[in-house]
Amino acid sequence: MSKKMIERDKHISVGTRPERMDAKDKVTGHALYGTDISLPGLLHGRVLRSPHAHARIVSIDTSKAEALPGVFAVVIANDLPEADDRTEKAGESTINYKFLRDNNLASDKVLYVGHAVAALAAQSPDVAQTALESIEVEYEVLEPVLDVRHAMSDQTQVLHEQIRTDGPDGSGDTPSNIAQHIRHVKGDMKKGFSDADVIVEREFTTVPVHQSYLESHAATAVWGMDGTLTIYSSTQGAFLARNQVSELLQYPMAKIKVIPTEVGGAFGGKNPTYVETPAALLARKTGRPVRVVMSREEVILGTGPGSGTAIKVKVGATKLGKITAVQAELCYEAGAYPGSPVHPGAMAMFAAYDIPNGQIDGYDVLVNKPRVAAYRAPGAPQSAFACEQIIDELAQKIGMDGVQFRMENAASEGTERLDGSLHKSIAIKEILGVIEDHPHYNEPIEGPNQGRGVAIGFWDNWGARSSVEINVNSDGTVNLISGSVDLTGSRTTVAMQAADVLEIPFGNVKSSMVDTDSISYTDTSAGSRTTMATGLAAVEAARDVLAKLKVEVADMWNVSLDSVIYSKGVFGTTESNLESITFADLAAKLSGQINGHGNVNVENWAGAGGGTIVDVEVDPETGQVKVLRCTAIQNAGKAIHPGHVEGQMQGGVVQGIGWALYEGYQYDELGHVLNANLLDYKLPTSLDVPSIEAVIIEKPFPSNPYGARGVGETPIISPAPAIANAIQQALGKRIEQLPMTPTTLLEKIGVI
Amino acid sequence: MSKKQVVSSTINGQQVEFLTEPQQSLLECLRDTLGLTGSKEGCNDGNCGACSVLIDDRLVNACLVLGIEIDGKDVVTVEGLSNIHELHPVQEAFVLEDGLQCGYCTPGFIVATKALLDKNANPTEDEIRFWLAGNLCRCTGYDKIVRSVRLASQLMNDAKGDLS
Repeated sequence: MSKKMIERDKHISVGTRPERMDAKDKVTGHALYGTDISLPGLLHGRVLRSPHAHARIVSIDTSKAEALPGVFAVVIANDLPEADDRTEKAGESTINYKFLRDNNLASDKVLYVGHAVAALAAQSPDVAQTALESIEVEYEVLEPVLDVRHAMSDQTQVLHEQIRTDGPDGSGDTPSNIAQHIRHVKGDMKKGFSDADVIVEREFTTVPVHQSYLESHAATAVWGMDGTLTIYSSTQGAFLARNQVSELLQYPMAKIKVIPTEVGGAFGGKNPTYVETPAALLARKTGRPVRVVMSREEVILGTGPGSGTAIKVKVGATKLGKITAVQAELCYEAGAYPGSPVHPGAMAMFAAYDIPNGQIDGYDVLVNKPRVAAYRAPGAPQSAFACEQIIDELAQKIGMDGVQFRMENAASEGTERLDGSLHKSIAIKEILGVIEDHPHYNEPIEGPNQGRGVAIGFWDNWGARSSVEINVNSDGTVNLISGSVDLTGSRTTVAMQAADVLEIPFGNVKSSMVDTDSISYTDTSAGSRTTMATGLAAVEAARDVLAKLKVEVADMWNVSLDSVIYSKGVFGTTESNLESITFADLAAKLSGQINGHGNVNVENWAGAGGGTIVDVEVDPETGQVKVLRCTAIQNAGKAIHPGHVEGQMQGGVVQGIGWALYEGYQYDELGHVLNANLLDYKLPTSLDVPSIEAVIIEKPFPSNPYGARGVGETPIISPAPAIANAIQQALGKRIEQLPMTPTTLLEKIGVI
Repeated sequence: MSKKQVVSSTINGQQVEFLTEPQQSLLECLRDTLGLTGSKEGCNDGNCGACSVLIDDRLVNACLVLGIEIDGKDVVTVEGLSNIHELHPVQEAFVLEDGLQCGYCTPGFIVATKALLDKNANPTEDEIRFWLAGNLCRCTGYDKIVRSVRLASQLMNDAKGDLS
């Protein structure tokens, strides 16, 4: 263990379960979300959306709508300046500003049903909604491209005339719906397959799923007379939102203040902005605050789902259970603009294994569906659904226990992945060991039509930039502010780390998220990074506070700085045992004028593995799958707040169960979404799932002071393949598509 | 636009009079007219339960009720369960058991749980899961919510015991 790590016995807060700082405001209804913001003179913005999946915009006439009583302004793409054709990282996804502009307000073409075409501001939501009908848009309807394989064919209508395939051997010559082709190669695949005794090959398909945060996208914009644009936004990243608006309006960052509200769920979907810029345009035109809140239908039609995919996979192994070669083709829907998560999907696919030879080809494919957004371990649940079923099938063919087969091939520190990177400290073998020993894996299955499945997964996480400032008050309490949006409790977990370094009670730290005027740049809350990276910034800020206080102590006692020591909230000096002063007394003496800064750019972070054991029962008459029992295992490195880690695991697993059994966009042949509401797009309810048992493994990541790793995303990866493997055990049939609905199962059984 | 009508009802123990257009939902009236933003809109069609409120002790989705329908009725929203000094035992239990993450669905779960425990002081896990199936939570996976409800039941029973 590295010397940089903080010793366990010094922990005061880390590893305990203090009350969530935001809990009381949230249980009483006092917490203010994006949808709750109201300002004097507020106008209500609504967005006109395309009824066509693919069409050229011939003309837009807003004059009738503008003339209606109660309508204050209408905006279209022409109200925005041209945007740079420039791509930047945004969480685990990317944002191209030219495409973001077109996705905010379509200019020449609409590319999916629900694509924003115009926005207006009116005195009430009802007036705004009715006025939308008076905006006249003439379309030239084009052939919709809805199937990922069809989209890849040369003969298919292209979405963007200017896009050429960016491939491993350079750029293509002709317009294509394949925006990018990536390739990972390791070893000698041909030889690997010729060395195999058993080869299994299958093709899997998945449809788009939505992050389905319960709070829709919401932004309220207001311009000050000094030119300051203030936006209250339900966003994962206040700075990310600010930068997007700055690019789209070509307006200085310093004059845009984004105030992050409480966020009613995000899961990757609130990295891109949709309503912030239209709200800002409307607010500028009207001179009044404008709030734009999406309806649930708009959220499903107009915002980022996770990619639908078609995945071919082939794996070979020896009779003794060693994988010799893999090959995979990953076709990921990007939706209307490039940027599917095929990169992380390819990264994660075989990352839990030590693969000697293999090739992955990944395709980023344009289709007439909403531009995808990151969704919790973006791209990985789809590729794991394919990989972990093939692994299961290979083990069966060889006659080996599935967990044993995985153990034989498990990756460990130093393993070279197919994408060429080397694994840092990971715990795949430890996770498999926990699965093997867990009562759930060893207790017999009870009834007919029941099956047990196992799957594992790996996610790389993210590091990036975070800023924290700590101000010490004269009563010894401290205020901590950070640039991170708190999605699910990071205010608390970040404060716990600061309290630990300062060796003061957690209750003496008040932690807040602040606006973009108040702190330096902080990356978005994504990639499972916040507790780890912003936590590290808090550790740095707390160390800065202590360093400054030690200087004050040395001055005060006229002793050397090196002699000043600090332990358990009390300063002393090695030069004398008579001098001592508590943190609080020193703070009082200094009248509270002490602050510490922590600005980190975490470039060294670690991924996290996890696994799922699941029991299901299939009703052979109805095809319905009931999840009877589910255990989630995950390496947290160090669980800063074990209760929060359990919550992440349980929540991620239930999203994975939803993806496995219920969720998915349904389209007609023209590209209309048939289930754009929460009745027909079914999320798991409390009745659909058992209590998820969360087993936390703590294999520390040595470069973090506490050994912490990101934990938010890994849990969603392995539930769907684990359930598929359990269904296979129950029915003897492999399900190759998500979601695994009763209809799909009945077709497989041959009932329909 | 139709003419506004006066509605008079009791909301969170206070006699209230407000104006509503006939097509406005109770949820719109609560949030936009009365400033009670604790009840949330998740779907606006009765499928998520984030706007759960009690009307004359009956659990309903405020998005499915018209504002004019509560004339003469008694409405309790999440804001009516506690005061600045003291949480309701259901709220206390959700805090203690970490029964929330983003918190957006939480007001609905709190109100639905109160309605359950008022009818059934000692629900089983199955009864809790059945009752709460009208409230969607996307963050927690429900386990810590179920635990919160069980603790709430215990806290409320203890409080009754203290009184007797």
